[in-house]
Amino acid sequence: MTPFTALRAPAAVLDRANIDTDQIIPARFLRKPRGPGYNQFLFHDVRAAESGFPLGPSDNPAILIAGANFGCGSSREGAVYALADAGVRCVIAPSFGDIFAANAAKNGLLTIVLTPAEIGALIEAVRQGAELSVDLPREHVRPDNGTAIRFAIDAFRKTCLVEGLDDIGLTLAHAGEIAAFEARDRAARAWAAPGSPPTLNSRS
Amino acid sequence: MTDPMSRPLTLFDKIWNAHAILTREDGTALLWIDRHLVHEGSFHAFDIIARDGRGVRRPDLTFGVADHYVPSTTGPIGDAEAAGLVAGIEANAARHGFDLMGPGDPRQGIVHVVGPEQGITLPGLTLVCGDSHTSTHGAFGALAFGIGASEVAHVLATQTLWQRKPSALRVGVDGALGAHVAAKDLILAIIAAIGASGAVGHVIEYAGSAIRALSMDGRMTLCNMSIEAGGRAGLVAPDDTTFAYVEGRPRAPKGADFVTAVAAWRRLPSDAGAVFDREVTLDAAAIAPTVTWGNTLDTALAVTGRVPDPDAAHDAPARGRIAAQIAYMGLTPNAALDGIPVDRVFIGSCTNGRIEDLRAAAAVLRGRRATVPGLVVAGSVPVQRAAEAEGLDRVFTDAGLRWGEPGCSMCTGMNGDTVAPGERCASTSNRNFVGRQGPGSRTHLMSPAMAAAAAVAGAITDVRRFAP
Repeated sequence: MTPFTALRAPAAVLDRANIDTDQIIPARFLRKPRGPGYNQFLFHDVRAAESGFPLGPSDNPAILIAGANFGCGSSREGAVYALADAGVRCVIAPSFGDIFAANAAKNGLLTIVLTPAEIGALIEAVRQGAELSVDLPREHVRPDNGTAIRFAIDAFRKTCLVEGLDDIGLTLAHAGEIAAFEARDRAARAWAAPGSPPTLNSRS
Repeated sequence: MTDPMSRPLTLFDKIWNAHAILTREDGTALLWIDRHLVHEGSFHAFDIIARDGRGVRRPDLTFGVADHYVPSTTGPIGDAEAAGLVAGIEANAARHGFDLMGPGDPRQGIVHVVGPEQGITLPGLTLVCGDSHTSTHGAFGALAFGIGASEVAHVLATQTLWQRKPSALRVGVDGALGAHVAAKDLILAIIAAIGASGAVGHVIEYAGSAIRALSMDGRMTLCNMSIEAGGRAGLVAPDDTTFAYVEGRPRAPKGADFVTAVAAWRRLPSDAGAVFDREVTLDAAAIAPTVTWGNTLDTALAVTGRVPDPDAAHDAPARGRIAAQIAYMGLTPNAALDGIPVDRVFIGSCTNGRIEDLRAAAAVLRGRRATVPGLVVAGSVPVQRAAEAEGLDRVFTDAGLRWGEPGCSMCTGMNGDTVAPGERCASTSNRNFVGRQGPGSRTHLMSPAMAAAAAVAGAITDVRRFAP
């Protein structure tokens, strides 16, 4: 995973609420194998329907400012692949779909939650031509010639992003604790073990 | 778990505490996962573990289905890419040694129908799947939530997941639902009340007399759409209704194990005095048959209502939002919802593809003819067989609707069952998003009985008009 520390970049503004992952990447593209080409699916149908849509398959600003509940709906990680492949490194919104935010962190895409008022100020600065500086280690975002706005992020998520860590590897460092839990739990909750699969007669 | 000296716990607290292997200083916990459901769309996750040379830690806790890409017609999968994905999950099941309920298997169906049906889903468990509607399984008092491909890979490799503990929201619904008002109407009314992002960062516990009165099929419909309010998960406390459903299921505990399990499950409900971060209450009797008019779930309204007028909105952003949705949906401000013509009907999905849903639709359609085309898809082969044993398939086909093969079908259109651009569909599925059922599709969500009534009327209509 590409580490994320700091960046200074222009921002695209998509000031509408409830942008769902079906819009970010329509379902018919989810069958495609992971490769660098998911950018072509980014907002595919929305772009076709709206001239002047602020994001395209390439040459995008690295920062996206969006409305509340960005990435709601389907758990499709393809929505994050599409944004990341299209060059978006950071999304700033008043709130995110929980699954989208988790998927983003796993792919080096930083999600920043700010208040609507803070976002309003950023949008104003961007419209006047400012670029934004995002500093993850120091947890702030600042428009050119503006004041820094603090944001909060889980310490673990931050560490994984800053260091570009594979968290399966990190988890396996706890293999002993996991195995101990597993053994203890197997004794305490014997009922939780699934029963054997039924004997089946094949259909038709 | 219920130490009288400790603070009262919620159902959610109890399940969380029983699965936290360790907790970091920032509150992120490593949770043990009891059940992992995968489907043919989970291929990215299998590719990730293959790339890194990792295996599946607990194939005995991993269960596979084919549902998203399987056709609703009989015979082989015509689409080469879709066939490739199904062949992929078959290859991964063989390679890693987990149980796959794929095409031709008499247990096959939508992952959120199959899990409960097979007794894979039990109270008190943690259950995850690479699908946002995994919240369905919360109907059993299991902590169940959707995850993305990277987290699916993490669970495959470790049988655990890092999670920050969400907040707790109690949605209390007391009173009795009216005639022809179903669990679908209830959840649409709840989302309209709390908003499409009203439960972001929260696990919802549904409680109250109206919830207790719901069947398991109804509770699954309710919990299924928790994600449509942004909820991380939905929960209903397990009770005798739950235990009666679970008993005798193929993978459920048997004999003395079942007795032990029920004793453990009876300790799960939230303690008296347990504190929730937020509480919302609704009156069941006030809920009417409900439909959505727009492209977000908070556009649910009683069928007796009208399309809103953007000019009456309280501010400019709301005005813009309403106008954009009215334009996409091809509606007229202030038009009565009752009477909006529809082009087709879809009855099925993980929200409303269970036997009670099909019975409710058939009760309206029996002896009547649909005036628009429609597709009815059972949620699983067992549901399909049960419906056929009751003659429901004949009710649908006699009415002029198509009786399809089990799967996700027209809810998401991945198998080719799509709504054409500009077409309006009365659908029992879970999302009315722009393009959800195909590019340019216009979706109105409603209950199975309401969709059946729409099929007969050729328009959105109040099912209470069809009451026997």
